[in-house]
Amino acid sequence: MYRDKNPGKFWSPLVAGIGLGITLLGMFIVTGHGLGAYGFCKRVAVWLSNDISSQWTQANTYLSTSLNTLHPLDIWVSWEVAGIAFGALLGSMLARRFKFKIERGSSINITSRLSLAILGGILSGLGASLARGCTSGLGLSGAANLSVAAFLFLMGFFIAGLLMAKITRKVW
Amino acid sequence: MNYIPQYMEIPVLIIFGALFGYFLEASGLGSPKKLNAQFVLKDWSVFKVMFTAIVVAAAGLLILGSEMLWLIDSSTFNIPTTFFWAMLIGGALLGIGLNVGGYCPGTSVVGFFSGRIDALFFIIGIIIGVLLFAILFEYIEPLYLAAQGPESQTLSELIDLPAWTIVIILFILAVAGFILGNRFEKKSNGVISSDDLEKE
Repeated sequence: MYRDKNPGKFWSPLVAGIGLGITLLGMFIVTGHGLGAYGFCKRVAVWLSNDISSQWTQANTYLSTSLNTLHPLDIWVSWEVAGIAFGALLGSMLARRFKFKIERGSSINITSRLSLAILGGILSGLGASLARGCTSGLGLSGAANLSVAAFLFLMGFFIAGLLMAKITRKVW
Repeated sequence: MNYIPQYMEIPVLIIFGALFGYFLEASGLGSPKKLNAQFVLKDWSVFKVMFTAIVVAAAGLLILGSEMLWLIDSSTFNIPTTFFWAMLIGGALLGIGLNVGGYCPGTSVVGFFSGRIDALFFIIGIIIGVLLFAILFEYIEPLYLAAQGPESQTLSELIDLPAWTIVIILFILAVAGFILGNRFEKKSNGVISSDDLEKE
């Protein structure tokens, strides 16, 4: 039996975008929330911090406001993120795109790539904390409600991204 | 969550999250190379997927929330309040983080669950970033709270146009972005396919 070994093609951005838009709409209608990811990361940080020093966490103005739902699984966004993981896993498996790898440009080695991944993650964590949301939670979900904050955020995201790419393009 | 019984909450959240992850993966946005190709203007998938989703969801929310239908009560939605510098600089940091580390928080989850180990390092970075933010919070707080705008302000309140007009403007901008993007993509021949990613 012939079996295609090549990875399935990516969907057209228009079709995937329409699917994503309908998903976001459905999420708002049914749950009253948008789609996000940062909220989960914050809960994990609060949980870890509380595990290391509950006293420090309670005294910290930024983290203490999230102590009411201490466990990450007590908040809606964690289940939604679990869904993201499941959907990505299922989709990449079915389309034969799942592959263990360290994705990097040809001119950088694995150690640099992983160090830059952590550094980029730190910048992202700082940025999402400052903006009170990430590209999906604030940018996408906020923009669907025509929120000024979301469009301001997206402007910063795209402008800084375009400028920074002049420096980092060799990495990719 | 006013619309569903409590025992259905978790399955419903998982289903919507899964669709979100599925569409992001299907459009290739779990790949840091594809995400970064947007910022060198070779592959416009990020812009196209995001803007299409925004226009579809915004139009849908308007139609279903209109006074004629009143199917949804969007007044319960959490529309963020602007803090000018926090949103602008926060967005910029996420843009820079995407260049440096390859992802943003949502796409890093998609990246990791389609097999990319580098995405796990990015996720660990995010957690460190949040903790760093908390440690530095007393110094960052003035910036965090600076230049606060009106509560939950929307574009139609800001520029005093009906929401419908704004959605139509966004639609036109999206179409213009698609046309511009297609030109850049054709010129650079830079759209990254799943085969390109397989080759390494």
